[in-house]
Amino acid sequence: MAKLHVSTTVNGEPLEFLCEPHDTMLDALRNQLALTGSKEGCASGDCGACSITLDDRLVCSCLMLAAEAEGHEIRTIEGMARGGRLHPLQEKFLEQAALQCGICTSGMLVASEALLAKNPDPSEEEVRFWLAGNLCRCTGYDKIVRAVLETATEMREAAQ
Amino acid sequence: MTDIRYVAPQTLDEAIGAYAAAGSAARILAGGTDLLVQMRSGAVKPGLIVDIKKVRELTAVEEISGGGFRIGAAVPGAVLAEHPRFRQTWPGVLEAVNLIGSTQVQGRASAGGNLCNASPAGAIVTVQGPDGRRELKVEDVPAGPGRTNLKPGEILVSFTLPPRPPGSSDAYLRMIPRTEMDIAVVGCGVSLTLKDGVCTHARVGLGAVAPTALLVEPAAQALIGSRLDDTALTAAANACRAACRPIDDKRGTIAYRTQIAGVLLKRTTNIAAERAQGK
Ligand SMILES: Cc1cc2nc3c(=O)[nH]c(=O)nc-3n(C[C@H](O)[C@H](O)[C@H](O)COP(=O)(O)OP(=O)(O)OC[C@H]3O[C@@H](n4cnc5c(N)ncnc54)[C@H](O)[C@@H]3O)c2cc1C
Ligand code: FES
Ligand code: FES
Repeated sequence: MAKLHVSTTVNGEPLEFLCEPHDTMLDALRNQLALTGSKEGCASGDCGACSITLDDRLVCSCLMLAAEAEGHEIRTIEGMARGGRLHPLQEKFLEQAALQCGICTSGMLVASEALLAKNPDPSEEEVRFWLAGNLCRCTGYDKIVRAVLETATEMREAAQ
Repeated sequence: MTDIRYVAPQTLDEAIGAYAAAGSAARILAGGTDLLVQMRSGAVKPGLIVDIKKVRELTAVEEISGGGFRIGAAVPGAVLAEHPRFRQTWPGVLEAVNLIGSTQVQGRASAGGNLCNASPAGAIVTVQGPDGRRELKVEDVPAGPGRTNLKPGEILVSFTLPPRPPGSSDAYLRMIPRTEMDIAVVGCGVSLTLKDGVCTHARVGLGAVAPTALLVEPAAQALIGSRLDDTALTAAANACRAACRPIDDKRGTIAYRTQIAGVLLKRTTNIAAERAQGK
């Protein structure tokens, strides 16, 4: 079976890779592109550990075929820190200890960044609703939700 | 590894050609939120995957003359939610679509790939296959759990929602055991038109209480001509309960689902009525 050739953009960089037609985007990121920040928790769309953005829209990379990346823009957790500086969400997660084992963390961060891009001033309910597809077995969510809300406040203040 | 091919044609004709030629081993890929899960579990082993998202007609939301909408079958829920006017005209349809899955799933999952909620909007579905185009009522598409009335090689192209007279609105509620991310025990959609406080038109749909979504005509009749008072609501709720043919499972017993169907009818009707009156 001939492999498929895919040209795409990952974290702003044009990239090409080969994949099997049934490979998911998560497979391609982790196995072909050595971007192992996105995690596989369930492979069925339930846990959100594999969250990425596809043309700025939050999706599960386990529910997307690698071949579908052709001509589109992908962003992953590896693109979140810019110029060697952590994103404010990443800083806040560390400061607030909003992670324990870390399996859910990259998905939580990518999803939270997508939320703040769309809604810079979310209520607690909006944060919880948006992150309902990101499961965490460790933290009990409270610290995560608080970290997102505090980052949102600080980013709004910084933007003024 | 079995051989799988992947194609992403630019036109509907090419998509149908490839899909029909590959026969029963071919699968359409819209959002993939059902298909990829089925492939991963080994339940489905497609020989050909036809990705339809490069076909413009399938991914566009268009307003049609008179204020109706044509929604491409592969439009994800999140895209529909961002349309500036769709939410005002068809809030209940949007509610039903947006209840599917998480934010991530909404970024991909389409109403075309789903088509099993109880939306009572009176939508017309356009399908196209090797023998050309035809239109179906949305309620005639599902044939049972996991089966549709599409012919071999036919692709669902779009949903058309008609223009609405003034005083119209809709609502959709579902009852789930968890607060988020679960499968409905009962879903209820109500679309109605009010004139001077009197209901002049109504459609009532129920989901998850029978093998396919039900349109409950007797419930609609109980609402039409009334001012949506307690007597009318109770009669409509009873009609819904009478129409239920649910299953018993871990999410709910037959008695529970039947009871809830009536309760949801009343709540959903009240929300639709408030919206129709601009409250
Ligand atoms: C975490 C998670 C939560 C979910 N929650 C819900 C929920 O709450 N409620 C619910 O109802 N569903 C839920 N689902 C299931 C799924 O998201 C929905 O059924 C969704 O609407 C499917 O749309 P899709 O575009 O992803 O379909 P796909 O997976 O692309 O397609 C589904 C099926 O339809 C066929 N198909 C798709 N488009 C067409 C077309 N245009 N013409 C002909 N055939 C077509 C495909 O070949 C495939 O067999 C959930 C799924 C996940 C992963
Ligand atoms: S691995 Fe993709 S959602 Fe769990
Ligand atoms: S920190 Fe362990 S799953 Fe969230």
